[in-house]
Amino acid sequence: MAEEKESLFSKRNRGLLSDPLNDNNPITVQVLGICSALAITVQLKPAIVMSIAVMFVMAFSNMIISVLRNSIPNRIRIIVQLVIVASLVIIVDQVLKAYAYDVSKELSVFVGLIITNCIVMGRLEAFALGNGVWRSFLDGIGNAFGYAWILIAVAFFRELLGSGKLFGFQIVPQSFYEMGYENNGLMLLSPMALIVVGIIIWIQRSKNRKLIEKH
Amino acid sequence: MKFLRDKIDQIKKPFGKGEKLEKFAPAVNALDTFLYVPNHTTKHGAHIRDAVDLKRTMITVVLALLPALIFGTWNAGYQSLIQIQETVPFMDALIHGAWKVIPMIAVSYGVGLGIEFYFAIVRGHEVNEGYLVTGLLIPMIMPIDLPLWMLALSVIFAVIIGKEAFGGTGMNILNPALTARAFAFFAYPTYMSGDKIWVSDASTTDAISGETILGKLAAGQEAGYDMWSMFAGTIPGSISETSVLWILVGAAILVITGVGSWRIIVSGFLGAAVMAFLFSIWGANPLMDFGMLHLLVGGLAFGIVFMATDPVSAAQTNRGKWIYGFLIGFFSILIRVFNPAYPEGVMLAILLLNVFAPTIDHYVVEGNINRRKKRVAKQLKTA
Repeated sequence: MAEEKESLFSKRNRGLLSDPLNDNNPITVQVLGICSALAITVQLKPAIVMSIAVMFVMAFSNMIISVLRNSIPNRIRIIVQLVIVASLVIIVDQVLKAYAYDVSKELSVFVGLIITNCIVMGRLEAFALGNGVWRSFLDGIGNAFGYAWILIAVAFFRELLGSGKLFGFQIVPQSFYEMGYENNGLMLLSPMALIVVGIIIWIQRSKNRKLIEKH
Repeated sequence: MKFLRDKIDQIKKPFGKGEKLEKFAPAVNALDTFLYVPNHTTKHGAHIRDAVDLKRTMITVVLALLPALIFGTWNAGYQSLIQIQETVPFMDALIHGAWKVIPMIAVSYGVGLGIEFYFAIVRGHEVNEGYLVTGLLIPMIMPIDLPLWMLALSVIFAVIIGKEAFGGTGMNILNPALTARAFAFFAYPTYMSGDKIWVSDASTTDAISGETILGKLAAGQEAGYDMWSMFAGTIPGSISETSVLWILVGAAILVITGVGSWRIIVSGFLGAAVMAFLFSIWGANPLMDFGMLHLLVGGLAFGIVFMATDPVSAAQTNRGKWIYGFLIGFFSILIRVFNPAYPEGVMLAILLLNVFAPTIDHYVVEGNINRRKKRVAKQLKTA
């Protein structure tokens, strides 16, 4: 390994953390991991728990694959990746069942489905297989943050407008309802998650001109 | 006329090229072209220029909508007053209804045009006239007692997500007016369906019955109105959807001026009739037994005449229009009967077919190309 010496948080490494937040966001730019963005963003709490779970899985699977990257036979690399991701997901699932049973029940099958989350496999294939351990770890954390902030932003709007609550606490005051305000039922249906993600993409592209494709 | 022209030019002066208010030029230009035909000509290529531009087309549609709108306004007042008195004078009903309908139209135009002007200024293009029709259609397909802020929100959603996100007038995939209704329907279901909302003030007056015919049938009751009431439209329902008579007058205006496609209208009713006939043979519940009367109730006529014919979101080829219209009628009755929770099958059917319209066109064009290829191949062989 001819990696030159650089500090742990050099500019290049910091880029690994900050790029996925905006310029290379896994959801809004690469359009990966949409299914979980639809399914678990009705409320904030499951969205945050999901984000943490994905962050754990991504950081450690990236790291482990990076450690093993020179000894994995190329032709069976997908299987090896799946085994590692699946083991990490099972750990997350068991921890959630033990310590946060309610949330675990709400997330139901979607914790298990982290295995198929395209972002995880995508980063393993695209990054961890060709980069050092520390850099892969940072890349996993960075992409998970990029995923998390979109998830949390969508969940924020859906819970606030759909049920008038945040984290399960009533935010919209009772006097509003007496004046004729109503919760927006469409926000609770999954199409609205796509539309909110769409609006975020729209705003992001109008602010960040370099994302716009040239024809 | 000269006086008016001078006056407008005077107003437009500070908005001209290089002047300080140039950015807001689309707003004044919209006013100008509302009164006069625009002065610029096509610069490149060969184009057919017609006196009937987008603005005249839209005004024709608005004219076609007026009979149904006026009747709807009267009916809104009539449905409310007939519950508390024996006879309802014509003017009383009209005025009562107007108090409800005019604020809705004002909100719809105010909010919608505000967004259109904003996007026109930001994007630097002229304001398009499409909203003149959409803004009138939206209140016409809403229940009379819908709170105005919900109407405003539906308009915002329809114009921004349904239209501007795709690039503005002429680029939308879905019909914007139906997008607004679908938004309101799924976001605020208690205000868009049920038995309390179709007659104005029904929830505050005691002992009032305001269920729509489809709602009654879904609940297993009798329709309770004769055929003439259904045709003339003196029944509860969304503001302008009830009167098949006046909707057909609008349809005649659209077809005679060539603005609306008669193929879509005819095939739409045909599709609905076929489905209604099939269900009347089956006859398992009151909704199925209703048979051909399905064509007279609910939003079917209004949807087929004014929504399905929207030239932007409909199919473009002639053969495609037949398929598109037929499937709209077909699915409308299907959704109505099989899912009584969605009595407005026509709304969902049109939105669905809007999505499929380009696909239909694609296969019609492909089929045409293949047929002509075969013909050429045959001629070559015989020659």
